Amino acid sequence: MGAEHSRPRLRPHADTGAAPVLEPGHLDALWFQVTGTRCNLRCAHCFISCAPDNDAFEPLSLEEVERRLEESVPLGVREYYFTGGEPFLHPRIVDILSRALEYGPTTVLTNGTLLKPLQVEPLAAAAAASRWSLEFRLSLDGFDPCSNDALRGAGAFERAMAGVELLLAHGFLPIVTAVETWDPASAPEVQRRLVETLKAHGYSRPRIKLMPALRIGAEAARSGGYGEHDRVTHEILEGYDLGQLVCSHARVVTDRGVWVCPILLDAPDGSLGDDLARAAETPFALGHAACHTCWLHGAICSNPGSAAPESAIPREAAIPVPAALDETAP
Amino acid sequence: MIRLAARRVALFGGVYSNYLALEATLADADAAGVDEAVCLGDLGAFGPHPDRSCEIIRAAGIPVVQGNYDHSLGHDLPDCRCGYTDPRDNAFAALSYRYTYAHTHPEHRAWMSGLPARIRLALGDREALLCHGSPRRANEFLWESACSDHFLGWLLDEGRADVLCVTHTGLAWSRALPGGRRVVNVGAIGRPANDGDPRVSYAILTAGDDGGPPRVEWRRVSYDHAALALEMRAERLPEEFIETIETGWWTTCLEVLPMKERARGRF
Repeated sequence: MGAEHSRPRLRPHADTGAAPVLEPGHLDALWFQVTGTRCNLRCAHCFISCAPDNDAFEPLSLEEVERRLEESVPLGVREYYFTGGEPFLHPRIVDILSRALEYGPTTVLTNGTLLKPLQVEPLAAAAAASRWSLEFRLSLDGFDPCSNDALRGAGAFERAMAGVELLLAHGFLPIVTAVETWDPASAPEVQRRLVETLKAHGYSRPRIKLMPALRIGAEAARSGGYGEHDRVTHEILEGYDLGQLVCSHARVVTDRGVWVCPILLDAPDGSLGDDLARAAETPFALGHAACHTCWLHGAICSNPGSAAPESAIPREAAIPVPAALDETAP
Repeated sequence: MIRLAARRVALFGGVYSNYLALEATLADADAAGVDEAVCLGDLGAFGPHPDRSCEIIRAAGIPVVQGNYDHSLGHDLPDCRCGYTDPRDNAFAALSYRYTYAHTHPEHRAWMSGLPARIRLALGDREALLCHGSPRRANEFLWESACSDHFLGWLLDEGRADVLCVTHTGLAWSRALPGGRRVVNVGAIGRPANDGDPRVSYAILTAGDDGGPPRVEWRRVSYDHAALALEMRAERLPEEFIETIETGWWTTCLEVLPMKERARGRF
């Protein structure tokens, strides 16, 4: 069947020392770097070092977003993601998201600290009128001001919680994303307290998505970055579900053209020109530390339920063990 | 690739070992006068005594598309590959899979391994493609609020079909596209549709008159859900699964739902 041809695959190779080259599958997700790299916060763990004074990428205009949405239709794009920087710094963000909701499922990634009723109210109306979901993904990295603000800056926690409450009041169920900057041993406790905190703020059934820390950008300085051996090789891609790599099914629109992936804005070879249809088909050499991160954790940028992982079992354990399954046998 | 032809067809999926709902569904489809019934996969999960559903389906000679669950059971894989990402959801999925694997006869599992991933159906003069999750992936979730029209159109183009029928999400919906094309998620008969109604749902598609697009008819089926709940308790299946059967509200495997679908439920 035709869909076989739209699967991502590796370019046949002779030299196993070179980075594997991925030929992408169908363009499922289109990302928009809607405020460029401008953010009101300066988080210690940001993977592209977004900040109030980072103008490496400029905001997109409403017209530019509309042009790209229109280009995405013949490509059969499934869903749209808006990120930055902080999208709610954009003066036209309500119009932009409302427009996207006329085309398909829309997700906005925000720190929640700038949300105003004047924005959330019309967005609730646009979401109700659309047949598609408007997802808010709200970043919070701790369950109290102390743990959160150490990374995100003073006052960020209280303002983000006010953002959560505002979204709830308008019928949204934000997906709270938390970067796992804590000791893995304390993860269950951190998650429990995060749930408790959100419930205390009126979120009775909190949706939480834990994200691994990407040791690139500002985070590289904080946690030491990756070693030179933390790279994707042909060997580790053997039997790997290539659909878990974001560049197998996504591209990013920026003011400087189309880029391969939301976490490779700093990489010069991440630029794939201005033509979206062509960029969607352009192979990419998986030579970056960020690619290793993506291989390791898989499709973390996508919403839950959007890019289903092949298996819930960690790769090293993904061998048939039917005997172990018989423990419930009578 | 299996090819079928029909003018009026019952399409159901997500049996999830709910053999009582399966019996009720087949009786309902029979009474509704269908000339074919096809199962879109996932015979096991959640419910008790998985062999019973296999026996009913096989005795009735109903064509079955291989779901991710059937594929995993058939190939002795260590998990169901349902596509969950949340730890609690995956813990419940693992529990359910262990029970189902252990209680599915090896002969049924061998049969599951040979099921087709896709079935083509001539529905009048329209071409329908039947699969479990999506034509490209058995565990892809096609949620109503998370698929643009142009994406669904692309799936139909790639599948060279006028009508695409799927299940896997457990929630029924249908979308008409330009040119009389259509995508139908037939829902699930193994657990209710997260709307507080314990009945389950499936779809009957009827070929259009004079070459028009097929009509979709939603069927809600009552069955003895209290009896199923009793059997689940006797098998010591999780109380969370039983609550869903009794109340019609989902209690697990919720974190993959998009916002609109999630907001309609209680949990």
